[in-house]
Amino acid sequence: MFDRHSNLQGSKKMNTPIRFILAASLAVGLAACAKKQTVEPEVTDATPPPETTPQVDDGKYGPEDLETVPCLRQRVVYFDFDRADIKSEAAEILACHGKYLRDRPSAMITLEGHADERGTREYNLGLGERRGNAVSGALQANGGSAGQLNVVSYGEERPVADGHDESAWSQNRRVEIVYTAK
Amino acid sequence: MPTLILRFALFLLLACASGARAQGLTVDIVNGSPSAIPIAVVPFANESAGLPPDTDVAAVVAANLNRVGQFRALERRDVVEYPAREAEVKFATWRVLKQDFLVIGRLLDAEGGGYRVEFELFDVAKQQRMAGWAVSARAGDLRGAAHQVADLVYEKIIGIRGAFWTRIAYITSTGSGRNRQYTLMVADSDGFNPQTVVRSGEPLLSLAWSPDGRKLAYVSFERGNSSIYIQDIGTGQREVVAAYKGINGAPAFSPDGSRLALTLSKSGNPEVYVMDLASRRTTQVTRHFSIDTEPQWMPDGQSLVFTSDRAGKPQLYQVALGGGDASRLTFAGEYNAGGTVAFDGKRFAMVQGNGNVYRIAVLDRTLGNPGETRLLSPGNLDESPSFAPNGSMLIYAASEGSRGVLYAVSADGRVRQRLVLADGDVREPTWSPFRQLTR
Repeated sequence: MFDRHSNLQGSKKMNTPIRFILAASLAVGLAACAKKQTVEPEVTDATPPPETTPQVDDGKYGPEDLETVPCLRQRVVYFDFDRADIKSEAAEILACHGKYLRDRPSAMITLEGHADERGTREYNLGLGERRGNAVSGALQANGGSAGQLNVVSYGEERPVADGHDESAWSQNRRVEIVYTAK
Repeated sequence: MPTLILRFALFLLLACASGARAQGLTVDIVNGSPSAIPIAVVPFANESAGLPPDTDVAAVVAANLNRVGQFRALERRDVVEYPAREAEVKFATWRVLKQDFLVIGRLLDAEGGGYRVEFELFDVAKQQRMAGWAVSARAGDLRGAAHQVADLVYEKIIGIRGAFWTRIAYITSTGSGRNRQYTLMVADSDGFNPQTVVRSGEPLLSLAWSPDGRKLAYVSFERGNSSIYIQDIGTGQREVVAAYKGINGAPAFSPDGSRLALTLSKSGNPEVYVMDLASRRTTQVTRHFSIDTEPQWMPDGQSLVFTSDRAGKPQLYQVALGGGDASRLTFAGEYNAGGTVAFDGKRFAMVQGNGNVYRIAVLDRTLGNPGETRLLSPGNLDESPSFAPNGSMLIYAASEGSRGVLYAVSADGRVRQRLVLADGDVREPTWSPFRQLTR
């Protein structure tokens, strides 16, 4: 589902007033399908947004968005074998969570790095951490700050798929984004 | 035929020790060595006054000698005479059976309900008694005495100290999902007498023995992040020695036991450190943006072997603790990690990956550098090799179907013995140092 936040995340260099205007106009245009239609959607028809519900119109994410906004609900980033570079398909997710961290300075994330079972357990601990660090770097590039991010590597110790083939391995080579403070 | 002989010896071994099997690892020999030395181990005479012994000492000795690959013990049903003393030995009989060596022995009562195990070794061709020994067994530890018998026979014939009377530490993992339970176990080198050292609901890995065999260092996730513990096996007491931010992994005791090599990523990147265990002060050894981990001590304590992917893929390197650049050890294979060093400092076992196949490889520098690499295991997901303290065998972890099993393999790769847990995974095997008689 298309929503205004995923629209905004691609334009991180946009300055705040423009973003506000765009957000407001998008909010009107997309009122029918916007995720916040349950939160007093009629307010967007009035010219100045009331201060009591600033999250509606300032374009900032709030904690409830973590459960409703599709790109924020995606919390897993996948990797190629023995690699830690962020694949292009993960860019949207990381831009979203990066923006969330910028919007919510009190939010905290633990990045849990994982590897598939191939190779040694200790090297895979290093690989999991390298992947966690890569995601941490991407989130900081998208608005998060280092102080909001913590990396823990589990190496190959916590697979989500138990098989011994590429379909299982590809699911296990991952970083899980875990919010410890929303 | 050798395989059948081994299977039969194994049958006897299991038949007399099924109690240990029930709670621990099942033992199974998967192939044999055609060029092994033939040796007859005659059932030891029971000359004790009490109940029949609970252990068939000769069967344990024969199984040990078969496991190491250099010997082929005469099948029990082919043992036609039962000499218990030198005067009863008829060399012609054993020569007809094509045996090179003969072991006979007897059990006598000792104080405290234990046994005195007397035994003798003969050279069949020379028709000579080579040596005679006596080993004392505490009550309930006749298997331990049998391993010592095998060690003495091995040393007398091969010229290298035997390593049967040693132990292995390993991790078992049972259950699934959130109910998964991890247990650090210690057992005899043949998998018998398993004892629980520590249990955890979080992953345990990377075991390391202290040189005196009294302590184990390991990595646990029970605090959320990896941290390194050192635990006294006898008392169960333990302490956290490393719980820094980031990775706390790959502990390895120095040969003198005073220091611990380990991997920390507190600097932001995995690097190898050495910790002085008395002061807990750490000294950084590697400085590189790559993953540097899995340090192992060279026997002289002067340098470390470690894994680094500084050349792209993981390979083994060696670095002197006194300073200087790391030098690369491994060039065969696209992926080499998890190195371990034999007592001679000239053989290095590792996990070697090529494509999706990971096998145990040994880099052998006994004939000089750069050395030869040979593969010891069939794969596909073999890891965690560990040398017996005399270098005669290795133990490693393998994946069979969906479960992890252990294999003990002779150093020549010819004989492999499988150790399987009844339900669950076995992994991370680590062979203990030699045991000390004074306990």
